[in-house]
Amino acid sequence: MTEQAIVASGLGKTFNSRSDSAVTALTDVDLSVEPGEFVSLIGPSGCGKSTMLRLIGDLIVPSEGTVEVFGKPAAQARADRDYGMAFQKAGLFDWRKVSANIELPLELAGWSKSRRRERSAEMLDLVKLPDFGDHYPWQLSGGMQQRVAIARALSFQPKLLLMDEPFGALDEMTREHMQVELLSIYRQLRSTVVFVTHSIPEAAFLSDRVVVLSPRPGRIHSIIDVVLGDRETETRDEDTRESEGFFRKTTEIREALRSVEAQQ
Amino acid sequence: MTDSVGGRVSAQTLASVTGMARRLVATVLALAAVVVLWESYKWMGGRTDDHWPGTGFGLPVRTNDLVMPHTGTIWEALWDPVQRGRDQTLASFLFESARFTFNEAALGFVIGTVVGLALAVVMLRFSFAERGLMPWINISQTVPLIALAPIIVTWGRSSILSDSQAVSVIATYLTFFPVAVNALQGLQSPAKADVELMRSYAAPWSQTLWKLRVPAARPYLFPAFKLAATLSVVGAIVGEISSGVKGGLGRAVLNFATIYSTGPEKLYAAVLASALLGLFVFVLVSAVESFVDRNQDHLPANVSSAAGA
Repeated sequence: MTEQAIVASGLGKTFNSRSDSAVTALTDVDLSVEPGEFVSLIGPSGCGKSTMLRLIGDLIVPSEGTVEVFGKPAAQARADRDYGMAFQKAGLFDWRKVSANIELPLELAGWSKSRRRERSAEMLDLVKLPDFGDHYPWQLSGGMQQRVAIARALSFQPKLLLMDEPFGALDEMTREHMQVELLSIYRQLRSTVVFVTHSIPEAAFLSDRVVVLSPRPGRIHSIIDVVLGDRETETRDEDTRESEGFFRKTTEIREALRSVEAQQ
Repeated sequence: MTDSVGGRVSAQTLASVTGMARRLVATVLALAAVVVLWESYKWMGGRTDDHWPGTGFGLPVRTNDLVMPHTGTIWEALWDPVQRGRDQTLASFLFESARFTFNEAALGFVIGTVVGLALAVVMLRFSFAERGLMPWINISQTVPLIALAPIIVTWGRSSILSDSQAVSVIATYLTFFPVAVNALQGLQSPAKADVELMRSYAAPWSQTLWKLRVPAARPYLFPAFKLAATLSVVGAIVGEISSGVKGGLGRAVLNFATIYSTGPEKLYAAVLASALLGLFVFVLVSAVESFVDRNQDHLPANVSSAAGA
């Protein structure tokens, strides 16, 4: 059996646990993610999907249960720089040029300047912004900024990419382009991705599996396999969005989300 | 590519030169306006026996030559000997005094800035330090400087400090405050997501400080430095006055105040010199700021809003 990318067992998080205003954001979550898998977390607001992502990334500490990433505790995986992260806000540093933003994690990892330059140029090609290295973030559109953020997250080839609604602030068309680009990058690098979204088509289009969460307290409602054709050979592009298989999967996810709402 | 960069730099230089010229003109115009107002008020008071025209209401300030000397008289006094029988003009005397005070203020500014920044970093690092220190930092500024200054000078005399170094300590006392408060606010200004990003890269505290918090604090720092610079002059002058240190503007103000009835224009000139010294240090810090803006890989604070528009 191959080593799992992520193993969460009995995972839970309660905020303000010692006070009257205790909120259980997530409870009793068991989930395994295989290396190279693209898994989306979807659910109504308050279902704990961001909390789950942040527990996996060791940005917060679980109240119960454990997370292991590539066979190590999450804290160790973070210390080993296994994570690349991208959030809804691109979060680029205004005072750094685009290339310097992409090089930030490399700088922190102690790469030499020439290697950093080389890598950031490669990453800019990858996200189709080859001529923008010397621009400042505020000179770029929202979609371009988000591409830079993805380039930054991928620059040191992390084993695990954690994304929290990275396309949430973009318009629909830009968003669909970015999804196609993300899939193409993901296919090239074969990293593992956990992706938080509240968009049903986005989850269906991107994922191998969609984890549907239900709120109060957040827990896993169901897990939907998204295979659009033969797993090994399938390609997803703009046509996929109009295929029958895609339609069936979005319907399945939508029904799961409806039954989540009906429970409340 | 190189051409366009060169073009942008020279356009920037041009913009900063015209900006400086515009500020200079505005400063001169403001000064002229003060002179005109002063002289018109004085002229009006002379015609109406210090009453508002056509009424029985007295003017708030009398306009005779003792209370309000002519601006021309003040100007002329600058070029007269500072004292009967001495060669030195008042202007040259005030310039020397200002230099003396500037040295004290500059030392106080530098120490105050270092202390302020250090306090901000300590308070950032240890939240108990912020809780413990902040009230004391605030209280420190409510103690009247006039009361504190002689104490500091006395302490200085019982140690290795010279009197003018003790005056620098007094200037420090005023300058560290805005620096500490603003620097802390600036260091705490990054968004939570930015801090989490650094955490996700396993960046140690020191790298988060240098690569995120310090650059993010930059827009908070220069306004504090400008305030601290002018406060350092205030601190030095007040320190000189309350300790009687010889050689600076504080002593000049003190001396000219005692001979006010025979030569009010001298005190006015000293006050003017103090104001000019304050303006000078302010401009000095502003110049350093625009130098840093242009020569470092920083975005000028005003550009981001322009780009957003």
